[in-house]
Amino acid sequence: MQNAEAAQAGLQSIPALLARNAERFGNRPAYREKEFGIWQSWTWAEAAEEIRALALGFLVLGLNQGDHVAIIGRNRPAHYWAMVAAQMCGAVPVPLYQDAVADEMAYVLDHCGARFVVCGDQEQVDKVLEVGERAPSVEHIVYTDKRGMRKYDHSHMNALADVQAEGRAAAQRLGHELEARIAALGYDDTCVMLYTSGTTGKPKGVVLSNRNIIETGRNTAAFDHLTEAEEVLAYLPMAWVGDFIFSVGQAYWAGFTVNCPEGAHTMMTDLREIGPTYFFAPPRVFEGQLTSVMIRMEDASRFKRRMFRHFMEVARRVGPALLDGKPVGGLDRLRYALGTLLVYGPLKNTLGYSRIRVGYTAGEAIGPEIFDFYRSLGINLKQLYGQTEASVFITQQPDGQVRSDTVGVPSPGVELKIAENGEVFYRSPGTFVEYYNNPDSTASTKDAEGWVATGDAGFFEEATGHLRIIDRAKDVGRMADGRMFAPKYVENKLKFYPNILEAVVFGAGRDMCTAFINIDLTAVGNWAERNNIAYASYQELAGHPQVYATIKEHVEAVNESVAQDPMLSGCQIRRFLVLHKELDPDDGEMTRTRKVRRNIIAEKYADLIAALYDGRDTVSTRTEVTYEDGRKGEIRATLKIEDARTFPTRTMQKVAAE
Amino acid sequence: MTQTTTTPDGRQIGGVLMNLRNITLRFGGVTAIKDISFDIREGEIRAIIGPNGAGKSSMLNVISGFYVPQEGEIWFKGHRRGPMKPYEVARLGIARTFQNIALFDGMSVLDNIMTGRLNMMKAPIWSQALWWGRAEREEVENREQVEKIIDFLEIQNIRKTPVGRLPYGLKKRVELARALAAEPQILLLDEPMAGMNVEEKEDMCRFILDVNDEFGTTIALIEHDMGVVMDLSDRVVVMDYGRKIGDGTPDEVRSNPEVISAYLGVEHA
Repeated sequence: MQNAEAAQAGLQSIPALLARNAERFGNRPAYREKEFGIWQSWTWAEAAEEIRALALGFLVLGLNQGDHVAIIGRNRPAHYWAMVAAQMCGAVPVPLYQDAVADEMAYVLDHCGARFVVCGDQEQVDKVLEVGERAPSVEHIVYTDKRGMRKYDHSHMNALADVQAEGRAAAQRLGHELEARIAALGYDDTCVMLYTSGTTGKPKGVVLSNRNIIETGRNTAAFDHLTEAEEVLAYLPMAWVGDFIFSVGQAYWAGFTVNCPEGAHTMMTDLREIGPTYFFAPPRVFEGQLTSVMIRMEDASRFKRRMFRHFMEVARRVGPALLDGKPVGGLDRLRYALGTLLVYGPLKNTLGYSRIRVGYTAGEAIGPEIFDFYRSLGINLKQLYGQTEASVFITQQPDGQVRSDTVGVPSPGVELKIAENGEVFYRSPGTFVEYYNNPDSTASTKDAEGWVATGDAGFFEEATGHLRIIDRAKDVGRMADGRMFAPKYVENKLKFYPNILEAVVFGAGRDMCTAFINIDLTAVGNWAERNNIAYASYQELAGHPQVYATIKEHVEAVNESVAQDPMLSGCQIRRFLVLHKELDPDDGEMTRTRKVRRNIIAEKYADLIAALYDGRDTVSTRTEVTYEDGRKGEIRATLKIEDARTFPTRTMQKVAAE
Repeated sequence: MTQTTTTPDGRQIGGVLMNLRNITLRFGGVTAIKDISFDIREGEIRAIIGPNGAGKSSMLNVISGFYVPQEGEIWFKGHRRGPMKPYEVARLGIARTFQNIALFDGMSVLDNIMTGRLNMMKAPIWSQALWWGRAEREEVENREQVEKIIDFLEIQNIRKTPVGRLPYGLKKRVELARALAAEPQILLLDEPMAGMNVEEKEDMCRFILDVNDEFGTTIALIEHDMGVVMDLSDRVVVMDYGRKIGDGTPDEVRSNPEVISAYLGVEHA
């Protein structure tokens, strides 16, 4: 029914939405980008002209229907334009992770057979040239930033602005062709292809149709009442499905403004200047901000510290209730209002959250303290659960029903079921078409009726109908004595401590659990500075006895809390070590979206794991590391292994998950 | 004299921009520079190397006009140069960075770089005080140029940060930015990589090459790091105890026996 509506309106593709927006919101800003210290902006009408010029330019260069156009660069209006321009020509945009090294790029470029590659700058062009013969399909490179490009061989290379200029010149000649191609775009044609980050094996190309993107955009825009007045900050990787949904799908459906920061390192300043009304961030961004607030408060004067503490206490008590519209006493309302004046208002302003109406976090579990901190300030932070194959949305939390331990109710149009083994399955209008050139994987993920396995184990809460996720289904295992082993459950508890950036827990098939810990250099470094502890490197700080003592306290506190749960009490950590290097996507230890790759870590650090289980106190190791430019080096270290206290299982009260 | 050559990587190197003839510089009884002659051609990267105390910094100070040599002639753009005041040097199109950073610690990065453009601001003092008319217009124009440099050197995130709070490597980059703000024809860099880690060095190398490539700025630099010098420069002058012992392309210098014994010999031993 809804499909028919959209189809009737002729809004069957992103270019069609663009045309509607240019007409309806012609003078409203569509894109902003900070450049040369000033926010430059383009209205929908201007953006439509730019995109059309680029599409015509692509036609001049010979882009065909069905071609793939890879886009590699940071979030910039020009790169979004390139995606939509490619769609206008009937081609498929394929955004790639800009921090990927040439080898990773070679696989993806070759797999999708991209003929055109749009590169952000010289660095990306160099990588594509380095790939060279490994992706023989690449014919043309278009680059956005001209800097350093003058000396290159331009026989198959153009600056994006020049492509646009040529497109404008060819408008008379190729206008009809372009119109015809736009008109030919169907609701079930491919809108975009996104590569999964791949916690296991090679990345897979997820094909999403116009239907997937537009239905999802419409449903979720309605769910959160998004209008053309929203402001979003586009700072997450363009290759990630979330950015495509927020900055293209929803933005084009609702007609709101996409703001591009000056660069990754200015994101926090730009966030503050824009003050988005609709904002998405993975938990680590919120964690990072909270850590920096707390660090700065430690350095503040005693009066300010006391004021901050007092009003944060008030906020903790009153804030979430106010946000959810629950009854709150008059005196508390007054206290909260005073707090807003003195603390919350200025704090939100500093963080860039003054105008936020809807905020989402997803990707990893967020610590309850962190979540409550933002909610108590009056920031409507919610959780959602999703994946690339679902065009993001599977479940999300409605306003007024927000908790840190659930991921919400099924998004509009999404059906959910839980399999025997606890794995969550979904079916939705956003469900992907297929994995590109990979029918086997498609068949094993999506069944004939359209149900897709998420790979996560979870259950519905009886009372509220909210979904709770326990762990990756394949990671949930058994220990040697048959007790349940859910590593992520424990890791998340550990990661809630600001000192701990990352944790990896082992124990499947073993008689006890052990863990690798990564310290958070910002938090621990600041602590070291305040306590006059000198250190020369990450490695030295990580191995410091006092750091070990602090981490041990955290591990034991987590053990105590894990012991509360009879089902999972076997997951208490007996022995741990603090890793001498940060887990890094460049070394393959994490995905580009910073999810831990267990198998690779277990393989790479087999010697350390062996030491955790054979009772040794120290272990010497050498580790290969990859620098950002792809060169390799080696770190040697001797690591200390620490024992942690465990706690008896509490069987009296049942606090367990199910 | 005005022949144009093309480097292997496709840059154009023009005629002689600055010619130093038989320069001798003495401080009392100490002779810092002994009868040195060399030239700097337009668009090239010219390095001056040598062991500690060889007279490299003195040489740079002679080029910049800060020291006036007792003997010898300096020809710049075809004119013989006499003793000059610092602002005259700046107006001639010569800018420099310092071995020990010389920035205004309490001022923001932006303001520090703006000082590099003081020579381009001609508004009378009353206009500047009132922020009206010509002063406002000039400030906007100059800010635009400065922002381009900020973008070029990728320091957008520290635009408003006081320089005193920055790490060493970034301060060096801000110094380079300030020198560039003066739109120099010839840029003098006094040990631009000193005290930097490998990553900072690589960044700085890239910026120096990009400056040369994008703006066509002639660059004369002093540097200790041999790897850097050999990779960066088109021609190298080697000094030892105030004398010139070698002059040529990095390859020529590398194979010069006198140079090897005086300087590289230590490393190749």
